[in-house]
Amino acid sequence: MISLTDFMLISAGLFCIGLYMLVTKHNAIQILIGIELMLNAAILNLVAFGRYDKFNNSGQMFGLFAIVLAAATTAVALAIILNVYKQYKTIDPGRVDHLRD
Amino acid sequence: MTLVQALFYLMGFVALASALFVAATKNLVRSIFMFFITLFALAGLYVLALADFVAITQIVIYVGGILVLMLFAFMLSGKENLDSMMQQRSPFISVGKLPALLLAGLFLIVLVNVIFKADVDNLGWIKKAVQVNNVILPDANMTENIGVNLMTRYLLPFEAVSILLMIALAGAAHLSRKGKSQ
Repeated sequence: MISLTDFMLISAGLFCIGLYMLVTKHNAIQILIGIELMLNAAILNLVAFGRYDKFNNSGQMFGLFAIVLAAATTAVALAIILNVYKQYKTIDPGRVDHLRD
Repeated sequence: MTLVQALFYLMGFVALASALFVAATKNLVRSIFMFFITLFALAGLYVLALADFVAITQIVIYVGGILVLMLFAFMLSGKENLDSMMQQRSPFISVGKLPALLLAGLFLIVLVNVIFKADVDNLGWIKKAVQVNNVILPDANMTENIGVNLMTRYLLPFEAVSILLMIALAGAAHLSRKGKSQ
């Protein structure tokens, strides 16, 4: 069977790619994609370790909760992004730098 | 090398390569569609970790919900935005991105070091789980167990998540409505 180290290496790679996107991108939607990548890396770890908990299913269960929370986060974040676009006509977080008036 | 291992390495390669493409490409729509591939490959990895229910949830929620939402947000945020995104010509590796690359690379080195030092396959509780036969085997049917656990052992987190989902739904609807006050 596949060892836990392999899962963790893949998840570390995904996490670092997400971190890179988070720092470099100039578009709020791509930053959101970076955050989703990091969340998915964490869920992969949860699920991989959840194999060793057959009766309580803690890993898989909290993986499910994390997926649902990510969905809620994304919905709210996209609503905020649309509002920011309406206000500033840009979704570059570097240029969203003043209050309403 | 067994078939499972070959599939695992294939899925892992596809996930990492498509994630790299998402990070590297300049075309936004293409990066969103490439993110589909990453999520599908991750669902395949979940199946190989013997969590088929989580894999199905991943496909239904992420691929069916979140990505369509992202495409909507992208399409709704206007044409001039798209043009300004196309104009920025910057190669994947440039001086401006060197700090970010350095940060991500060093963090990867730290993580890989930690993973190898932790030696996760020989952890105490994992050995104990193997001894008392608390390991999910490939022929196990876990969905029923997940359902029972969701309604008994994890009822409080389940209710908390449902309330939070309702709050998020109301908040998103409130944020995106076209109010007269604006």
